[in-house]
Amino acid sequence: MPESALEHQNTAGSAVVYRMSPLGHFSQSEAPSLSGHRSPFVLTSFCTEDNVLECRSYINQEVSSLGLRAVWTPTDGPAELNVVAALNSLYELIQLQRQGLRALDDMEVERQRSASNAELLQLSNTRLKGQLELSKRENTSLLEKERQLQLKVKNLQSCLKNEKEEVQRLQNIIASRASQYNHDMKRKEREFGKLKERLNQLLVDKKEKKQAMEVLNYVERADGKRSMWKTGRTEARHEGEVYRTLLSDYDARQRELVLENSEQRKVLQQMKRDMVSLLRGSKPARREETPGDPQTQGDSEDSEEVLESSKEEFEGSCVDAREKLTNSIRLKWRKLKSHMERLDSQASLVQAGEGAEPDAVPLETHGQEMERLKLEIQQCKDFIHSQQQLLQQRLTSPSEEEEAASLPPGSPMQGEGGRPGERGRLGEDWRALEEQRTHFEKERKTFTEAAIRLSHERMMFEEDRATWLKHQFLHWTPFTDQNQPQMTEGEQEAASVFSPECLPGSPSPETSSSPRCQALQTQSTADPYRSLPPSPESSHSPTQPITINGCIGELPIGSSGGTATVRTQLTS
Amino acid sequence: MNFSEIFKQSNQLCRISPDGRYLATCVQYRLVVRDVNSLQILHLYTCLDQIVHMEWSSDSLFILCAMYKRGLVQVWSLEQPDWHCKIDEGSIGLVSSRWSPDGRHILNTTEFHLRVTVWSLCTKAVSYIKYPKACQKGIDFSRDGSYMALAERRDCKDYVSVFVCEDWHLLRHFETETQDLAGLEWSPNGCVLAVWDSCLEYKVLLYSLDGRLLSSFSAYEWSLGIKSLAWSPSSQFLAIGSFDEKVRILNHITWKKITEFEHPATICSPKTVVYKEVEKRPALSIQDLSSHSVSSRSPLLAVQSKYEISQPPFQIPVVKPDLDRANPKVGVSSLAFSADGRYLATKNDNMASVVWVWNMQKMSLEAVLEQTAAVRCFQWDPRRPRLALCTGTPRLYLWSPAGSVSVQVPSEGGFQVHALSWHSNGESLVLIGKEHLCLCYMDTEDTSTDSNIWTK
Repeated sequence: MPESALEHQNTAGSAVVYRMSPLGHFSQSEAPSLSGHRSPFVLTSFCTEDNVLECRSYINQEVSSLGLRAVWTPTDGPAELNVVAALNSLYELIQLQRQGLRALDDMEVERQRSASNAELLQLSNTRLKGQLELSKRENTSLLEKERQLQLKVKNLQSCLKNEKEEVQRLQNIIASRASQYNHDMKRKEREFGKLKERLNQLLVDKKEKKQAMEVLNYVERADGKRSMWKTGRTEARHEGEVYRTLLSDYDARQRELVLENSEQRKVLQQMKRDMVSLLRGSKPARREETPGDPQTQGDSEDSEEVLESSKEEFEGSCVDAREKLTNSIRLKWRKLKSHMERLDSQASLVQAGEGAEPDAVPLETHGQEMERLKLEIQQCKDFIHSQQQLLQQRLTSPSEEEEAASLPPGSPMQGEGGRPGERGRLGEDWRALEEQRTHFEKERKTFTEAAIRLSHERMMFEEDRATWLKHQFLHWTPFTDQNQPQMTEGEQEAASVFSPECLPGSPSPETSSSPRCQALQTQSTADPYRSLPPSPESSHSPTQPITINGCIGELPIGSSGGTATVRTQLTS
Repeated sequence: MNFSEIFKQSNQLCRISPDGRYLATCVQYRLVVRDVNSLQILHLYTCLDQIVHMEWSSDSLFILCAMYKRGLVQVWSLEQPDWHCKIDEGSIGLVSSRWSPDGRHILNTTEFHLRVTVWSLCTKAVSYIKYPKACQKGIDFSRDGSYMALAERRDCKDYVSVFVCEDWHLLRHFETETQDLAGLEWSPNGCVLAVWDSCLEYKVLLYSLDGRLLSSFSAYEWSLGIKSLAWSPSSQFLAIGSFDEKVRILNHITWKKITEFEHPATICSPKTVVYKEVEKRPALSIQDLSSHSVSSRSPLLAVQSKYEISQPPFQIPVVKPDLDRANPKVGVSSLAFSADGRYLATKNDNMASVVWVWNMQKMSLEAVLEQTAAVRCFQWDPRRPRLALCTGTPRLYLWSPAGSVSVQVPSEGGFQVHALSWHSNGESLVLIGKEHLCLCYMDTEDTSTDSNIWTK
């Protein structure tokens, strides 16, 4: 263990020494203990004549334990000491000793350094402690301050509360005073009134100095008329006059408003026309280039619609028209605004680009150019899209590709020069069209089948209806309402229910015959349902019920002769 | 501009007849009627006592002279100088007397506002209207003279009665939603009656001729309210001046506020023309001072003044009112629309030396006229947008959109203009001093000659 430590110290320099200090320490402590252990021998000279051999073996053992070459080997002979080896080991021991000392020195330095370090740390520790103390003190002072502030806040809050209460109190006082004052005022006024009344009375009663008017002669009224008696008629006249003046005022005002309204409308129309023309001016370029663009189309439609509506509005001033007008104006305005914004952005773009290219294009041409380029891009995109589609189709149907490959040299795959791509595309198109055609053929077939089926069904239905109508006819008496051609189920039921009831109102022979007639009907209607084929008229005339009702006397269903006779009987 | 010689008058009683032909003035207990043009005395009537109130009838045929202390009213005829009429209200007293619009009835308000007595000059009929209210403006006749609105107070509630002036038939009688009605005024077209509450509450009520409440308006609460009110000649606007130094303009369709005109102490807008009166004292030599009579007689040596245009920002002198006293001198106390309704002139009491002219088309401040003394009175020319004002100094001030001018009234002994009134044709102006009056003639024909005055 000490040996390895020493070796380590040897190889790894002072830096390692510092790190290995525990080991070094250990070896240091070992050495004195060892020497201490052996101290009696040292003091009483370790080697004597008597114990040379023992000493030698001991030394040998010790030396070998230290990892040095043995001083003596059994081959050397019992008494002989290998001087060279001894000296070597002595030298090595000295070296070791030196190293030990050096290490010790290093250790010392290290220790001092660490001591100073420790001191430093302690110092800083005390400093930090001081700081801590200080901050603690500060903290407490701050806390104190906060407490005080809180106290103050509390005080202020209570003050505020007090003030509020005071205000409330004062308000109450004011209110009570006001009410008191009002009350007093009223009392005083009443008293005043009473006094006035009394004074009036007194003055009226007083005779000596009465009110009087002395006039030399009465003058004519300003209008030359004589005053009239007050009658109900004058009152009515006054009322009439009042309302006349009010009415004329309202009239005048209304006229004013109408005038203003029309002015406003004119302004609006003007504005709209201007806007439309503005938008028109800006649009055509766009429209002719992009006929497929839905938005531009919508715009143009809008503008046309607006124009039309504006024409309408010149006459009508109803709410709808007004709304339309305002709406269209709003719409136009929005469009104009967006247009302006676009123009603005374009202008800014142009301005930005002006620095780069000195020959800047004018705004309109720029816009047109932009539109054109956009269109081109759109076209290119479409082109690419279709190509992609075709490519995909080809990939999905490799058999077709093979087929195409086996096509004559004019086929798309083996085309020569710059044409092969185009040819291939055309072929593909052709094939796609073919496919579509077959699809359409199939569809047409199914449709025709369906149509046939439908017509069959319809025929059936018509038959059913004819028979049913016949049945109904046989049920009806001539006196039921003929003016209801299309009855609902319920109505028809009701009619059938009521039909016997309306019979009593008819002449007596019919009343007696009614049960018979019903019986007949039930019998007769049963037959045609089964026996009769659908009559050709009924099968293709959806308006049959009406015609039947229109001419009830002559039934178109010729085969139901039995029922017809019954009916004629009834009608006669 | 020419000035007439100076005549005597008392109690500031001088009125030009409605037809513009005569000028009536009162001197103590004498009534003098002159021709406006020649200023020659046409008639001279002597009343029983010193005249306190004088008024022309609407047809310019009669003049009413009231002697309130004696409870007497005397009426004189111009057509028949020997015709006379005397109305004695007796011991019931008299506080106010006025003509009805037809010029054939006299309405006398008795003391304590016990009643209004309607005396007819055509018949012997005497009518009484009870419970008239004592307030700022309790009676108002519609412009065409067919209706009279009267504020009444009974059982601590305010009522308004509308009478037909033709035969004093009570047309409508309705209670108003006011705490303490302060005044009422017909719109010029006679279809709307504006009723306002006392200054304790800001409230304007608008009633139709048939007594329906059309609308009510209140700008704020708790503070002192309305101080003055004026209809525009077209009945389109109602201007309300209040204690908060603002004028609010209501419209005649919704009766809502269109705008409000503030009266700021500093004018910053460069669009407003600010005229400031500047006084110049001519340097007096020793000789002038020694001959005192000369200096006092010669108008040339009196203080001269002229308007100068001030550049914004312009600071207006503000007098801080004593708010603890009743009727504090603050707020808009007078409002007047020009005859064409284009301009509105206002006066804010805590800026007493300033008249504000507002443009009603632009709804903005058009001009500010600052005088050296407090403005006493201002009145619009009945024909043109021209404003005349006086400040109790011997000067007359005129404003028109073209410019502004201050004119010294040439007189001996310092004629101070306390009030003024326009002739109905707008060509002359009566300037009323404390005990004198003089006429001022506008020379409209030769405006070109003194155009230097009228330029800004």
